[in-house]
Amino acid sequence: MVEPIISFKDFGFQYDSQSEPTLKHINLDIFPGEKVLLAGPSGSGKSTLGRCINGLIPQSYPGEITGSATVAGHDIKDSSIFELSFSVGTVLQDPDSQFVGLSVKEDIAFSLENDERSQTEMRAATKKWAERLDLKPLLDHSPQGISGGQKQRVAMAGVLIDESNILLFDEPLASLDPASGKASIELIDHLARQQNLTVVIIEHRLEDVLQRPIDQLVVLKDGEIVGNDKPSAILKDSLMQQLGLREPLYLSALQLAGVKLADCDNIDSVKTVAGDNIESALQRWTAGVSLQEPPLPTEPLLTLKNLNFSYNRNQPIIHGLNLTINRGDMLSLVGRNGTGKSTLSNLITGFLKLDDGEMKLKGQDLTQLSVKERADHIGYILQDPNQMISKAMIFDEVAAGLRLRGLTDEEVERRVSDTLKVCGLYEFRHWPISALSFGQKKRVTIAAILVLNPEMIILDEPTAGQDLRHYTEMMNFLETLNREHQVTIMLITHDMHLMLEYTQRAVVLADGGVLMDARPADVLTNEAVIEKAALAKTSLFTLAERYHLPSALDFVAKFVQTEREARSHE
Amino acid sequence: MNNKNQSSNSIRTVVATGIGAAVIFVLMKFVAIPTGIPNTQFNVAEGFLALLAALYGPVAGGLAVFIGHSLNDFVTYGSPWWTWVITDGLVGVALGLIKNRLNVTGGTVKTMKLVWFNLYQIVVNFVAWVLIAPTGDVLVYHEPAAKVYLQGVTSWIVNSVSVAIIGTILIVLYSRTRAQHGSLKKEK
Amino acid sequence: MNSQLLIGYTARDTFLNRLSGSTKLIGFVALSIIGMVTYDTRFLLGVLLISLILFHFSKIKYHEVAFVLQVIVAFAILNLVMVYVFAPSYGITIYGTHHMILGSPDHYFNLSWEQLFYEFNLLLKYIFAVPLALIFLMTTNPSEFAASLNKIGVSYRISYSVAIALRYIPDVQNDYRTISLAQQARGYEISRKAKLMTRAKGAIQIIMPLILSSLDRIEIISQAMELRRFGHNKKRTWYMAQPFKRNDYLALIIIVLIVLVGIALFKVNGGRFWNPFE
Ligand SMILES: Nc1ncnc2c1ncn2[C@@H]1O[C@H](COP(=O)(O)OP(=O)(O)OP(=O)(O)O)[C@@H](O)[C@H]1O
Ligand SMILES: Nc1ncnc2c1ncn2[C@@H]1O[C@H](COP(=O)(O)OP(=O)(O)OP(=O)(O)O)[C@@H](O)[C@H]1O
Ligand SMILES: [Mg+2]
Ligand SMILES: [Mg+2]
Repeated sequence: MVEPIISFKDFGFQYDSQSEPTLKHINLDIFPGEKVLLAGPSGSGKSTLGRCINGLIPQSYPGEITGSATVAGHDIKDSSIFELSFSVGTVLQDPDSQFVGLSVKEDIAFSLENDERSQTEMRAATKKWAERLDLKPLLDHSPQGISGGQKQRVAMAGVLIDESNILLFDEPLASLDPASGKASIELIDHLARQQNLTVVIIEHRLEDVLQRPIDQLVVLKDGEIVGNDKPSAILKDSLMQQLGLREPLYLSALQLAGVKLADCDNIDSVKTVAGDNIESALQRWTAGVSLQEPPLPTEPLLTLKNLNFSYNRNQPIIHGLNLTINRGDMLSLVGRNGTGKSTLSNLITGFLKLDDGEMKLKGQDLTQLSVKERADHIGYILQDPNQMISKAMIFDEVAAGLRLRGLTDEEVERRVSDTLKVCGLYEFRHWPISALSFGQKKRVTIAAILVLNPEMIILDEPTAGQDLRHYTEMMNFLETLNREHQVTIMLITHDMHLMLEYTQRAVVLADGGVLMDARPADVLTNEAVIEKAALAKTSLFTLAERYHLPSALDFVAKFVQTEREARSHE
Repeated sequence: MNNKNQSSNSIRTVVATGIGAAVIFVLMKFVAIPTGIPNTQFNVAEGFLALLAALYGPVAGGLAVFIGHSLNDFVTYGSPWWTWVITDGLVGVALGLIKNRLNVTGGTVKTMKLVWFNLYQIVVNFVAWVLIAPTGDVLVYHEPAAKVYLQGVTSWIVNSVSVAIIGTILIVLYSRTRAQHGSLKKEK
Repeated sequence: MNSQLLIGYTARDTFLNRLSGSTKLIGFVALSIIGMVTYDTRFLLGVLLISLILFHFSKIKYHEVAFVLQVIVAFAILNLVMVYVFAPSYGITIYGTHHMILGSPDHYFNLSWEQLFYEFNLLLKYIFAVPLALIFLMTTNPSEFAASLNKIGVSYRISYSVAIALRYIPDVQNDYRTISLAQQARGYEISRKAKLMTRAKGAIQIIMPLILSSLDRIEIISQAMELRRFGHNKKRTWYMAQPFKRNDYLALIIIVLIVLVGIALFKVNGGRFWNPFE
């Protein structure tokens, strides 16, 4: 019988600065060649468990270990990162900091340089992996010259080149557009099969990861393993819902339609899920629900006419872009990695200077206003939380804007506390920000802007790396702001279901202009646009097609509507 | 265990040197407030250097400012003004020597320590900018003493002030961000 | 531009680009040191002439470096004026003779050929290395720089620190921009008129995130590098290292010769100064 390659026995870990253990009673065996998905709420200890596998714990993160853990034969208590690095390859949560080379090719070859390989060897290996991950045309590019998605691939190449037999990915999909996300998952799966690698993936986007077979789904909660089984088994007794995690959409849909997951077979993929009464149930359900489409707002708030912008002359990023955002809109801005979504919001908020074009807010010329003045109307939450955090402690960070506007301490206290509660940070309010997980940091920055309640809010990928519970809390909060206080909200996102679920309007960016501006569901039924903007259909569409429902469009719309009603009744 | 941590630390030193140099370069380039006397400005960078050195020690401190300063001289003056670059490096080393005394990572730094730190840094800057740098200029570049010593005294003052204000604030703020051992508890 | 140092490398097809980075590094350091020490006008002029010729061959366009040059000239003039104000008769003390143009040696302000000549030498010292530096910066691929340092004997750890600096300067620059904007948007105003203390506070607000995130970066990058086995072996190889070729050896020989000439001149002049006045 084969030995597990990774094995935790009643394992626990407590960061030095923490007052209680972050990991408790972890019992986990992973066997060679298995593909394991690690899921769990934000802050539940996924990355921490990852750090135990690659040896960063205890070496780089001092803390107290209980129980035992062995990785590829090494006891992690007394084996160095160096020793483990031969058997474990890690792709960290943020590819930007992992990119240490001055150019793509150097970064791919980095570990070979450290192993003192000859230049000819390195060239060969780099060439091979660049071809595998189609990075060939980018080999000479600097890290600044490539988009988030591409960085991800470079990071993978730099790790795969080691040919180590355990691969660890910490949220590989967090900032990828749907298409690249799909591609990455397929790539990982392909390599894993080909070289019989053991793969551990930490990810919130279950649905995307499950597009390829997973052997073992491990669910963490507050540092303990609460589920560890074949995905199908865990999905069947809908553990995900109970933990406030998102289960794949098609399963929610089936349950809405009254199908018992217990009676279905191989439910871990929408392509295979089967059961005798599914079709009839779905048919009945769709027939039963009637759609009412809320009217879209029409009073223009922000009008963009013929915008042009380029970072360097030869390649324009924004090119003759026209867009009108109405008061009370809740719209999503989508498009492939590197089309210029962030760039556009930087132009609107004055972070970047327009080359030419016209921007009007309620008829007032935006281009005449300073960053500060624009910010009084338009709140902007950047993609990278670290660029916004200026205070050491969470409370001060959120209070800063109010204090600068000279509010009384009680007032500040009250509003900050309210916002912190909404963003699920209240219990951390006296923590230093440095001790937060990525998702938690992101929420701090959102809180810091929400607390100032501006007329319009631009959020750049607000839900990246968030779990369903916080995601729902936050989105509901935004929705209330939008519905009750007429706050206009623009979301930049790669999450297709977020777009369907919460926004009435989707603006698709491509080639520096607006490719399509319509209701989200219409966008996701337009093959050409999906192709061009690297979007992807959610499993709901596949489900609808597989079971020959009259109109996938209606089905999705109805699903979203029903869920929304359910939420508002809560 | 020990040797493992040593290897981590040596890597951290390498990275701290590189990133430190990058930050110092950028600060020198974009956030320097001129004083009126040529080649002497109120350098935010010196303040940052104090924190960097206090965190990562003499080697990182010295090298970081040496590299950052030379790169900055390279792209602004064409070629580094070696005597001053080297002096700056020495300041970095000196500030790094008190890493353990100051112990920024061990939680909030007491006022006494800060006072002591500032006295130390004023002396360090005096030795560096009033004694070493100008003397170097006289010996190496054979510039008139009066001129270089004036420049020296000015940079002594501005750099001490910069460290005293910005350096101190940074150290205090940073030490606050370091959570005490076992201090983090969720509050309902 | 954004992803470059303020004046940066661009691939050009010249023999200077083809020279190994190490050669250029040695050349630059050797010449700037010898030029730093000597006050022999002929030598300085000679070196300046050579570097100007090289500059011509390097195919660097004037407009690429115009800005830098202006700064340098301004800086040089300022210093020369200062030198005169503080020591108008320093030249006389150095060269021991006085050929007056205006006034007499016993007045504080006077103008002598010695002074002019001394300041002319100073000017040469300020500028002679500039073309070399520009050539070095603009013909050496940053990726190769670290490898070169390592090759000429700097430990690979320090060399890699330099590589990291070059790698992250553009990022830190962009971060700095974004952060200061984000802070302004939050309501911080950094007014030019404000008092030093308030202004320092403002500056802190802006640079605090930059510094905090840079310190986080240090942690994450060290981890990323350790996970990929940096710093364990005694040596490391470099993807971008360039082996020495015939031209490199030629260049090195020439450099050595120049340096020798410089040293020889110390003997000839019996000191660092060449004195045309006696
Ligand atoms: N360096 C650290 N020092 C102290 N506490 C930490 C540290 N890193 C993480 N923690 C704490 O450990 C808990 C788990 O963090 P971790 O990053 O493992 O969560 P996660 O499951 O990866 O969350 P996310 O999905 O948001 O990345 C969090 O509550 C966090 O506050
Ligand atoms: N500071 C910069 N200098 C030069 N080019 C840049 C800079 N920032 C972004 N770019 C380029 O501009 C393009 C658009 O970048 P942007 O960040 O707006 O894309 P995005 O749509 O936000 O992508 P993502 O979905 O990955 O965030 C990319 O090709 C990127 O390489
Ligand atoms: Mg994590
Ligand atoms: Mg973006």
